[in-house]
Amino acid sequence: MKTVYWLIKREFWEHRGGFFWAPVITGGVFLLLNVMGIIGGEVFGMHHGFHFGDAGDLENLSKLAGSLDAHQMQMVSSALDMAMLSASFLISIVFCFVVFFYCLGALYDDRRDRSILFWKSLPISNTQTVASKVIAAIIAAPIIAIVCGVLTGFAMLLLFAITLSLHGVSVWSLLTLAHPFQVVAFLVGSLPIYMLWSLPTVGWLMLCSAWTRSKPFLWAVVIPVALGVILTWFHILGLFDVESNWYWREILARVLFSVFPGGWFKETGMGDIGHDPQAINAFFSLSNAYSVFAKPDIWIGAAAGIAMLALAVWFRRWRDDS
Amino acid sequence: MNAVITASGLSKRYKNAVALDNVSFDIQPGRIVGLIGPNGAGKTTALKALLGLTDFQGHLSVLGLDPRTQRDKLMEQVCFIADVAVLPRWIRVREAVDFVANVHPRFNRAKCEAFLARTKLTPDQRVRQMSKGMIVQLHLALVMAIDARILVLDEPTLGLDILYRKQFYQSLLEEYFDDNKTIIVTTHQVEEIEHILTDLMFIRDGRIVLDTDMEAVGERFAEVLVSADMAATARQLNPLDERQVFGKSIFLFDGIDHARLQALGEIRRPSVSDLFVATMKGTYA
Repeated sequence: MKTVYWLIKREFWEHRGGFFWAPVITGGVFLLLNVMGIIGGEVFGMHHGFHFGDAGDLENLSKLAGSLDAHQMQMVSSALDMAMLSASFLISIVFCFVVFFYCLGALYDDRRDRSILFWKSLPISNTQTVASKVIAAIIAAPIIAIVCGVLTGFAMLLLFAITLSLHGVSVWSLLTLAHPFQVVAFLVGSLPIYMLWSLPTVGWLMLCSAWTRSKPFLWAVVIPVALGVILTWFHILGLFDVESNWYWREILARVLFSVFPGGWFKETGMGDIGHDPQAINAFFSLSNAYSVFAKPDIWIGAAAGIAMLALAVWFRRWRDDS
Repeated sequence: MNAVITASGLSKRYKNAVALDNVSFDIQPGRIVGLIGPNGAGKTTALKALLGLTDFQGHLSVLGLDPRTQRDKLMEQVCFIADVAVLPRWIRVREAVDFVANVHPRFNRAKCEAFLARTKLTPDQRVRQMSKGMIVQLHLALVMAIDARILVLDEPTLGLDILYRKQFYQSLLEEYFDDNKTIIVTTHQVEEIEHILTDLMFIRDGRIVLDTDMEAVGERFAEVLVSADMAATARQLNPLDERQVFGKSIFLFDGIDHARLQALGEIRRPSVSDLFVATMKGTYA
């Protein structure tokens, strides 16, 4: 256990830039863009002579806030929640690129620079090594990304509140309409789904990483795509009745893109939500998210991912090219 | 005493070359064994087999363990330095010490830090900022602080200047080596380690062609400085090698009675490098 802990720490030392600085900087850039947007809006407003609270009647927005009916209140609250989630969304895009390339290099980079000979001179089993890298990819890195996303989201709400306060609009009452803790709970609660959901991609990338003698990216992408092209070709020829669409959607996408968070949203009915805030709220609830566990897809993917990881451990043990 | 390493019938074949060809040997504890051979002779393959880094045919027992199946356990008792380039370039001195201290049960942190204190390395320095000599100092500090029973060194001083090389072997000998430890070393700089070796193994084309201890080398082999008039007589004794120096011939004999050789001229103990060159004649031809 202690060894695995230090192995994870080791991963963090090596990939501090990707795991820590990438989400932090993304969050910072996101806030900066918002500040720029706000300032831009203010300047634009001054030049063109319209303001919040229109023509000196600063009370208007507050009044407006007070006069919202229940439905509009819900609209505002889900808009605020979405605004908070949007910070996490941007960070998660950066984060998944980090995880993708981390997995590709995890069992390859140290073979290329021969530092594997140093790691292998220590009493560490290959299972522990691979396990620590998987934990880093699907638990440690997402937690850092979630923390950054939540902090950025809070900072952004605060930013809007301060801006509006400068216009004499008390928005604190509006802000109470947001559900920051629900949003946080949703993000944190999604972690177990993410862990299981991303396993086929993590497994496949690490398998390529442990197996390939060079260019892991090429192999990891070329093999599934080539297979898909062949299947599609057979499909066009009508040689046998292969469902090539099914392959692209259920195999290729799962094997290459499952590190992108929220890949399971279509399973939980994202297509059905419209603009109804209630439906949006219901969609972004954990009980809805957990409905993905009731479908076989996630479990089959996870099992396949673990099988590929087991194979990666085997290659890690016997690949002899250093 | 029981051998720490027993190999019998060790074979390993790569796609187009035989790396090890039915090799058998024993290594006793408390020895410093030089495994010496030309490039591509199978030295590194033999070491990798000992360390469980490669598959092979035959029987091999290291400290009573099979390196193929019990590698994780074996590595608590065995250390190795492959060559100076294998420390990860991103790691800092502090991180390397922390890491090894926490994953290796036989690591003595105080010893490691004492050794590092005598170098110019600073805790925040990264490997990529170090010279080759400094990297090997760090690696040696880590390895010497591990109370292992076998230390395997594969060209540990490749590319280092003479100061670092001397310091490397001196540290090993003075502060690390004792009767319970065994060191196996391969190198091309034979002259520099000759005086610290207790055993000698020559390997050529995947076979062990000489396996002896250093005392026996002096008894078995002799270098004789023969004047020109005696050269014909000397040649009749089947010398391993003959070379000319200042009008005299130097012959290298294997297993000839020293009393007979004395009649030919002055007897010297051959250096390991001369022995090596004579034994490996024609390797690259």
